[in-house]
Amino acid sequence: MKRVALLGMPNTGKSTLFNRMTGGAARVGNWPGITVELLSGKILLGGDMVEIIDLPGIYDLHGYSDDEQVVRHFLHDNVPDLALVILNTTQIERQMSLLLQLSQLDLNVVVVLNMADEAKKFGISVDVAKMSSLLEMPIFLLSAKYGTGYQEVMHAITKALRYPTPGMAEELRSQLEKDKYIETEMSRVLKQTVQIPAQMSETLTEKLDRVMLHPWLGLPIFFGVMYLLFQGIFLFGQPLQSGVAGVFAWLRDNALTPITGGFPPLLQGLLLDGIYNGLATVAAFIPIIILFFVFMALVEDSGYLSRAAFLMDALMARLGLDGRGFVMMLMGFGCNVPALMGTRVMRSRAMRLLTMLVIPFSLCSARLQVFIFFTAALFAPKTAPLVVFSLYLFSFAAAILTALIFKRRFHSSEPFLLELPPYRFPTARQMALRSWMEVHHFLSRATKFIVAGVVLVWLLTHFPQSAAGSRADTLAGMIGGFFQPVFHPVGINEQLTIALIFGFVAKEIVIGALAVIYGLSGDVLSNAIGQQLDWVQAYSFMLFTLLYTPCLATVVTLQSESRQIKFTALALAWSLVLAWTVSFAFYQGARALGY
Amino acid sequence: MSSTTLATLQPGDDATIVSIRAEEALHQRLLALGFRSGKHVTLVRKASFSGPLQVRIGTTDIMLRRTEATKITICKAGAGT
Repeated sequence: MKRVALLGMPNTGKSTLFNRMTGGAARVGNWPGITVELLSGKILLGGDMVEIIDLPGIYDLHGYSDDEQVVRHFLHDNVPDLALVILNTTQIERQMSLLLQLSQLDLNVVVVLNMADEAKKFGISVDVAKMSSLLEMPIFLLSAKYGTGYQEVMHAITKALRYPTPGMAEELRSQLEKDKYIETEMSRVLKQTVQIPAQMSETLTEKLDRVMLHPWLGLPIFFGVMYLLFQGIFLFGQPLQSGVAGVFAWLRDNALTPITGGFPPLLQGLLLDGIYNGLATVAAFIPIIILFFVFMALVEDSGYLSRAAFLMDALMARLGLDGRGFVMMLMGFGCNVPALMGTRVMRSRAMRLLTMLVIPFSLCSARLQVFIFFTAALFAPKTAPLVVFSLYLFSFAAAILTALIFKRRFHSSEPFLLELPPYRFPTARQMALRSWMEVHHFLSRATKFIVAGVVLVWLLTHFPQSAAGSRADTLAGMIGGFFQPVFHPVGINEQLTIALIFGFVAKEIVIGALAVIYGLSGDVLSNAIGQQLDWVQAYSFMLFTLLYTPCLATVVTLQSESRQIKFTALALAWSLVLAWTVSFAFYQGARALGY
Repeated sequence: MSSTTLATLQPGDDATIVSIRAEEALHQRLLALGFRSGKHVTLVRKASFSGPLQVRIGTTDIMLRRTEATKITICKAGAGT
């Protein structure tokens, strides 16, 4: 199968083009020579299947970051049949250097000048035909966001793939040293083909930045935006959630119970109280997950994240981190795993490790489910959003505390440079694609972990059969009882202990597990829990859930990214110690105050 | 004449880059982001609490810390040459 590699600097719309080409049907794969996973997708082009590989965005081929090494090793060990080089037209005067570096590798190249729509607005015009002949490469203008010029690009790729790869990327390093040549060649080509207006009119980005990055208003606006986003998720998500839960309960009562009526009681119990209740409770969170990722995509793709890095860098520098670390923490609010992988852009290993130690405290969307469930069960509708917001504050506080404690151990003085891209409004298509991919990811996790998890919980709570009727004698009861000396002082009972143990695998299981443990689902489950616990116990449980290891996938990622068992063990042990200490202090403190 | 570093500029000031004195890795990265001697640079704003600087080179906005800015020597525009 022929291979096409997507290459370009960060912020060129590479991923947008990749998503457009593959229709979001990408999968993660391993490649020889490199230890990280890359996204790739197979598509039909001119009658043949072609594999498209999305390489990490890089600034230059002989850079020092992990991503730059990844690209170098990939090209060395897996020479692609075609390199599709994506440049941002609005920044062509500095992006051309990467193209010229790549052209020296004798690869089969098709060049895409992306963001043609934005360049037009800036008044930048490019003589594409002349540039093509000067560089002796096929060059096309494209707007990956809107799809203008897309057909021409795909046609050129199909055509280019008919020819065999001209060269091999041997002696890559030595060829890449020709800096002088690149500089003169760059100015020659640019002078003849690109026209940039001398004085650009004030853009919308500048006007927005004057407010968003205002010396005093910037930070309050930032926290305001974050607060509104999480309020919005709660406000819109909760009615949807109870609606979905209602549908599942109705289905159970009116269709599933009659159908399975003739089954042996044990099997009916496993199917309905185990698998169905567990899955239905978890599935009810899908609307919230979708909302969450639509909002995250909005913030991420709009260019506001790098502004957040700008605003927060002063604080982050004092914590031994930098603005990028803050952005990764925010990404971690979606899912900790990609945020951990995102730390690859950091060159200094010490700073990378410190950031990776901090990220697991970001309140991810899976934990958000647990908190939404518990706050709805135990707090008035008015106070519930405030309680969730307080957990976000705890999440930040835990991150700050961790950084302060460990910053001496992981000391670094890495320079911090970041591009501030113009504000862009993501298209509905981008947001839909993004949330579909996240939900897809969530559902595939669900089938993998949650079904197995809830079945196991059901077995543990129903065996040995002799224990029927008395919870304490089941396997789950025994395990919960065994851990009671540890969890009793923090106000966490036996049932919640089981849920916490399964939560180690994935937080998505926690609510499903509770549904199985109590043999209830939806509103009935939350009523039962609301009656059994008081708010102090519930908050202590939520604090513990927030702070202890997010999930098995995070632990695995910590290990695969740090490649150091000692570091992974430290991250695990620290989060458990912190979780127990904070819950203990809260629970005993609240009880001592008479709550 | 008025040769100084990027860190001393005030918001709105224009300057021309004279030289970059940074270690290999940082130098490489500054080059990739468009910092070259002879290039025109504008300081757009400074973040509060001694935070980073926002500078503009051509059509690109870049943020960098004050420590990195002291490694870039510039010649202020409008202050006579």
